[in-house]
Amino acid sequence: MSAREEILARIRAGLAGGEPPGPGQGPDSDGAGSGPGISFRAQGHLEPDARLDLLAERLADYRALVRRASPGERGAAIGAALADRGARRLVVPPGLDLDRAALPAGTEIVTDDGLSAAELDAVDGVITGAAVAIAETGTIVLDGSPDQGRRAITLVPDYHLCIVCAGQVVEIVPEAVARLAERADRPLTWISGPSATSDIELKRVEGVHGPRTLEVILVGR
Amino acid sequence: MTTAYLGMPTAPPGVGHLRGADRFPVAARRALANTQLRHNLAMATATIRAKRAAVVGELADWEELRAAGRAAKAGAMRQLDRYLTQLETAVGAHGGVVHWARDAIEANQIVSDLVAATGSREAVKVKSMATDEIGLNQALAAAGITAYETDLAELIVQLGHDRPSHILVPAIHRNRAEIREIFLREMAGVDPGLTDEPAALAEAARVYLRRRFLSARVGISGANFAIAETGTICVVESEGNGRMCVTLPEVLITVMGIEKVLPSWADLAVFLQLLPRSSTGERMNPYTSMWTGVTPGDGPQQFHLVLLDNGRTAALADPVGRQALHCIRCSACLNVCPVYERVGGHAYGSVYPGPIGAVLSPQLTGVEDNATLPFASSLCGACYDACPVKIDIPSVLVHLRARHVEEKRQERRVPGAEAIMMAAASWVMARPGRFAAAQRADRLGRALGRRRGRIGRLPPPLARWTQARDLPVPPAQTFRQWWRDEHGKPPPDTHREPHREHGKPPPDTHREPHREHGKRS
Ligand code: SF4
Repeated sequence: MSAREEILARIRAGLAGGEPPGPGQGPDSDGAGSGPGISFRAQGHLEPDARLDLLAERLADYRALVRRASPGERGAAIGAALADRGARRLVVPPGLDLDRAALPAGTEIVTDDGLSAAELDAVDGVITGAAVAIAETGTIVLDGSPDQGRRAITLVPDYHLCIVCAGQVVEIVPEAVARLAERADRPLTWISGPSATSDIELKRVEGVHGPRTLEVILVGR
Repeated sequence: MTTAYLGMPTAPPGVGHLRGADRFPVAARRALANTQLRHNLAMATATIRAKRAAVVGELADWEELRAAGRAAKAGAMRQLDRYLTQLETAVGAHGGVVHWARDAIEANQIVSDLVAATGSREAVKVKSMATDEIGLNQALAAAGITAYETDLAELIVQLGHDRPSHILVPAIHRNRAEIREIFLREMAGVDPGLTDEPAALAEAARVYLRRRFLSARVGISGANFAIAETGTICVVESEGNGRMCVTLPEVLITVMGIEKVLPSWADLAVFLQLLPRSSTGERMNPYTSMWTGVTPGDGPQQFHLVLLDNGRTAALADPVGRQALHCIRCSACLNVCPVYERVGGHAYGSVYPGPIGAVLSPQLTGVEDNATLPFASSLCGACYDACPVKIDIPSVLVHLRARHVEEKRQERRVPGAEAIMMAAASWVMARPGRFAAAQRADRLGRALGRRRGRIGRLPPPLARWTQARDLPVPPAQTFRQWWRDEHGKPPPDTHREPHREHGKPPPDTHREPHREHGKRS
């Protein structure tokens, strides 16, 4: 018998041995929340402005830098972020909409065409869009769309400037999971603040292997 | 010999890290003598308990999420064969290759062969309980392959020639000064002026590992969740080392226990709330990576998923013990456990320490190979209340104690003193009323132990038992009293009364722990 067949046979034999005692063992439920009497929040309740405020607050709470901009100020906000950071060479995914006229003089934009890890290590930062953002947890999700690019470009550079539009913001995790359902087979990266560790005496230290600075531009009303 | 439950094979001995060199009582006594360890642990677990309580308190529907988490896991277990084959099909449809491993030996062989086939002699690894359980690093070393641990805590453990002592923070037993010494001694090229500031130590690890990440051709990971419906693998982490390992190499090998499968994509809505808040006490962990097979032009172009049994089907075959397979390795139960806080993770002898280790390790190895672990608990119930998927650890402990007694009885025909003692303990623990009565009767125990703060030895026939385990003196006050005295308010983790299931006792009678001392010294 192959290992596969044997393990499956063990499982079937094991399950035939009986059901666990006690409650919560009703008819089969295939998904969370579908069991009898279980109802967690599936949707938030905040108005769009309050949702954006909450996202800004939660991002900042986990040490991301946050800028707010109206759609008309988007380009200027990107320019200001780069100027403040002093970042001159930036990698961008091929599908990012970028107003180059608004960038600081001397900014060099490198469009990713399969750069090596070493090449990515040599740029000052990366600019991307986002797929979804979750206000309650201060999370940004990237799904590899053309304005976000492949995973390596947001991983190797030390500075990630991420542009989030109000329409991408949901309030709670279940809403994000639902929105991402049809993109489940794409590589997804959920980002909540810059990389961090709590491995030394459980003290949180920002900045280990991922980008040590995460800056988010929230483009709203 | 390993003991099979209902004839189901358990994790083989001689490979991996599920069995300690010493029985729990012996190892625990040694750990108790280490005051530095106890200090480090007390500091760390207090920090994490406070963080967890704060972020759990933010969610009004926490109890509903716990119930949903439990239901999803129970549902996954009930049709585990179906979900695993569904996962296999989905991963295959996206260009991944699925391998099945009956046990640690087989899994190690599969991974070693896969790495060897790439021609690389190195692999970068993201912290994974499953690969630690099977002793993968040792197996790879035997095959001439160097595995680099990239999680900061795992790196501290690896460089310190040490063993992990906590699920989430494997180096929790080390303080910053000790970590600095390890880095200075073992890290090639480290700045000799390195300070013991956590930020400086993290920076040293970043520099040390960066070159390896950028040049690695093979990455090895575990999995926090695998979605049967979509074939998606999910790894939850903080530092970015996980992203490095699953993104930059050409070949990615993921080893996961078969119990990690979840039926549907929607289940993530529950588990991505339960896990970060329970483990690191964050609203969300910094990074979560999800991938489905291979994505052309993005990340590893070869993906292998190794599905590991190694005693899990033996646990599945025990209807009471099965729920230990629901564990999402958040480590909340360790952080609230009065026994863990004093003895640390090493005493449990397995990669799975603390309350979950006490119920999981004996089931994976066969109860007789870890027979003392189910007794490494005061049955205070704090673990059950903290567990995000509501694993009733105290009930499983009692059940495994009874299994041990039963197996001993069948082996010997005549019950020995230990068997009588354990049977009595199981009988007492099985009913909270009896347990409470026994606690009152413990005043006798206190009288016996008063002088040295320990019950050194009981008269026969109990002597054999106390010789081995140096019973802690029962507390002069209950946990809640102790906490109130200590903090001037009720314990935070027990403040929010969990939803008790029907037929369960009220929390107060169930949750009076034996503390070692009435007061912390
Ligand atoms: S048993 Fe529960 S609390 Fe303990 S590590 Fe597992 S999921 Fe977390």
